[in-house]
Parts: sequence; structure tokens; C-alpha cells
Amino acid sequence: MAENRGWDEFDAGAILFTFNEKVDNIATTLAEDRPYSSSSSFTASVGDWRIEKPIFNKDYCIDCQFCWIYCPDVSIIARDKKMIGIDFDHCKGCGICVEVCPTNPKSLLMFGEHLDDDECLASWPEKDEKEV
Amino acid sequence: MSEIKKIKNLKEFSTSADRFEGANLLCPGCAHSIIVREVLNATNDDLVIGASTGCLEVCTAVYPYTSWDASWIHIGFENGSTAVAGAEAMYKALKSKGRLPQPDRTPKFVTFAGDGATYDIGFQWISGCFERGHDMMYVCLDNEVYANTGGQRSSSTPVGSSTTTAPAGRVSYGEKKEKKDMIAIMAAHGSPYVAQVAPNKWKDMVKKIQHGFQVEGPVFINAISPCTTEWKFAPEDTMMITDLSTDSLVFPLYEIIDGHELNITYRPKNVIPVVDYLGAQGRFKHLFKPENKHILDGWQTRVDRNWELLQRREEARV
Repeated sequence: MAENRGWDEFDAGAILFTFNEKVDNIATTLAEDRPYSSSSSFTASVGDWRIEKPIFNKDYCIDCQFCWIYCPDVSIIARDKKMIGIDFDHCKGCGICVEVCPTNPKSLLMFGEHLDDDECLASWPEKDEKEV
Repeated sequence: MSEIKKIKNLKEFSTSADRFEGANLLCPGCAHSIIVREVLNATNDDLVIGASTGCLEVCTAVYPYTSWDASWIHIGFENGSTAVAGAEAMYKALKSKGRLPQPDRTPKFVTFAGDGATYDIGFQWISGCFERGHDMMYVCLDNEVYANTGGQRSSSTPVGSSTTTAPAGRVSYGEKKEKKDMIAIMAAHGSPYVAQVAPNKWKDMVKKIQHGFQVEGPVFINAISPCTTEWKFAPEDTMMITDLSTDSLVFPLYEIIDGHELNITYRPKNVIPVVDYLGAQGRFKHLFKPENKHILDGWQTRVDRNWELLQRREEARV
């Protein structure tokens, strides 16, 4: 996109193409195999919206996929029925994934954005007996 | 008729490739995108999507970005439905002339709109689409307020809700009109399938969406979409509020087939009092003052009456 175009120099109406080339069946092509163009918001980031980030501890995860279905920002990466991580370019840090996580202790927890991931994992809480 | 996507459980569902992208500008914790993802992932068919002006439209197509991996169009506040109906009519015309490049791949036509565009502004257009019988699905993301423009009341706003144009204060308890029963209105159009869904009951939702895609004719889906900004709750509580809304029967989940066959699709094991739902949201905070107790009582009475009505209609099959 040109940087210094005036308001009257844009086309009337706008067509944005999500992909750089033709994708035959988008519904069966995973994100990593798609030729995203620079006008797809997949290439943008809202990571700087976060104050807190979710940290994923795979030791406690049971792959229930609640976080995947309830993530509003397509930021839970699930492949082959397994939860494999979080897409921090698109995560806004809303915390829904942590709330819906059913394990004890939770396998997702919110930590301050500035904290180191390994430190967060080291400070993971023990199983909460009272909650049973 | 295309094949129905097999979704037995959530693990199987999670292998879907999303056709809706992140880095849209919806608020953190917005339920709109949860609903959109559940709808789009319910099918593997090609999609032609339209959107009326509203939160979803302004947040997912901010120039120079788009969050949609399918054909998507936005025209105006009122005519999201007719835009898609036009595309559907065009598709049919090209098909009968034999001018489609891939005639075996029939796309699904879907419109997304907020409650403002559905209940108020686009009502005439939707009515027209349903009367003409276009083969499309209309999904209303019902957050009970004009959230995009700053929280004005719509005809979906329930009694007692404080909005910027019906604020609660010394002389008023907020919105005074009851919520419009859009489901009944759309069923009365003779639509082959009308349903109410909630994002927390994903399996129920996927089943209804797939049924809606299978039937021929205009399908109306009303989806509750808790709004963290205007309902005034913390972003992480979106699913909790949705659970409260379905379990307190404020938002019962049911479907109406061919305008008469009503089925209740979710019966909560423990029905919770309506005050639990109201108390979790800032927009109803003022109702808990002693002088507004009659509003709270009225809420419970209304919800009970509505649930009774649905059950009687389910039995009667009329």
C-alpha cells in the first residue's frame, strides 16, 4: 500500500485479497499452508494490546480443546487434535482460555506481559485440593 | 446437496482450518468472533458472506486489512441481507445459464448482522428476503445494544438495562420496553428453520447451523453475544455470562421448523434464578436498589412465563 496517498486518490470501494495466489479449498488448508497476502489481518498483530499473557503448561493439558473453541481471536493453535501453543501475534489477552480450562491446576494461566515464560512455568501452582 | 461435515466431538472439531483471522479489532473477550468461528467451522463448503454495519463489520474489515478468508461483502447498515440475497439470485441465474466455472461446488450464503441491523434498521430488508425465499442463512449476533456506536438502546435491549439513550438514574431504571421476539416474527414468515443459539453450547450450535445449511430457503439464527464493553463485565467472563444466560432461561435454546414445530434443544439440569444472571452484569447494577425490586420480580415472572409458553408450544406442535 502506498504511504502518502490523499483521500481522493483511493479507489471508490475497496477489494482486498486475502491470498496472494488461488487457494483451491480454504476450508481444508491450514493456516501455515495458506499464501496470506499483506491485506489479510493474519499478517497484522494485536499483541501489544495485552497487559497479561496466557502461559500454556502442557504437563497438565488434557487436550479438551475448550480453549480452542472459545478463543475469540483464533490464537489457540490446535493441530492433530492436540493443543500445541498460543499465537501471541493475535492474542489480545482476554483470559477466556484460562477461565474455561477445566484441569486442576489449570494448564493455562495469565501472567504479566513482562515476565519471562520459564519463570512463569516454574512458579506454576500445585493441585488445589479444596476445589474438588 | 453437499456433504455434511462430521463433527463428533470437540477434538474432531479442532482440526478445522479457521476461515476467520485474528488481529481483528474486536474487543478482547468479544463473543462475536466465537460465534463466527463456530458457524464458519461447521461447514467445509465455500462461503459467500455478507455483513451489515456493526461491531463485526467495522472490526474485521479495517482498511487495509480483512479478517475473512472467504468472499465477503459489506454494503450498508440495513442491507446485509439483501446483498447476500442478490448474490444468491445471481448464482442461481448463472447456474441456469450454465455459466458457472465450478457448478458442482455450491457455496453457502451467510449474512452476519448485529441486533441493531436485525431488529431495527434492516428489518424491512430481512422481511423481504424471507418473503422471497432466498436460499441463505441470516445470523443475528444479538448483544442487545448498539455496541458499535457507544451503547444506544435497540429494540433487542431488555427491560431495566442501562444504555446511553436509556440511562438509569434518579428518575429512570433504564430501558422500559420489552425485548422484541424476533424468533417468532421470523418463524411467522414461514421460514423453514429458525433457531436460537449460544456460543457456550457449541455442539447444539453446530447441529443447528448444519441443519440450517441443509434446508433450502431462508434460515434465521439468533445468537446471544455477551458484550464485555456494554454489558459491563470483565473480558474473561464472557463464557460464564453466556452460561448464566442459558441456564437461567433468559436465553432459552430452541428451534422452530417450518414455522410450527418447536423443539427445545437445551434444558438446564439446574435452573438458576434470573437475579444471578442480572447481578453478574454492570448494566443491571441499579436494579438491585430497593426501589427497583419490582423490576427484578418482573424479570423472573417474564422468564418463567416465556419458558412455560415454549414448553406448551413444544407439546402442542402448532
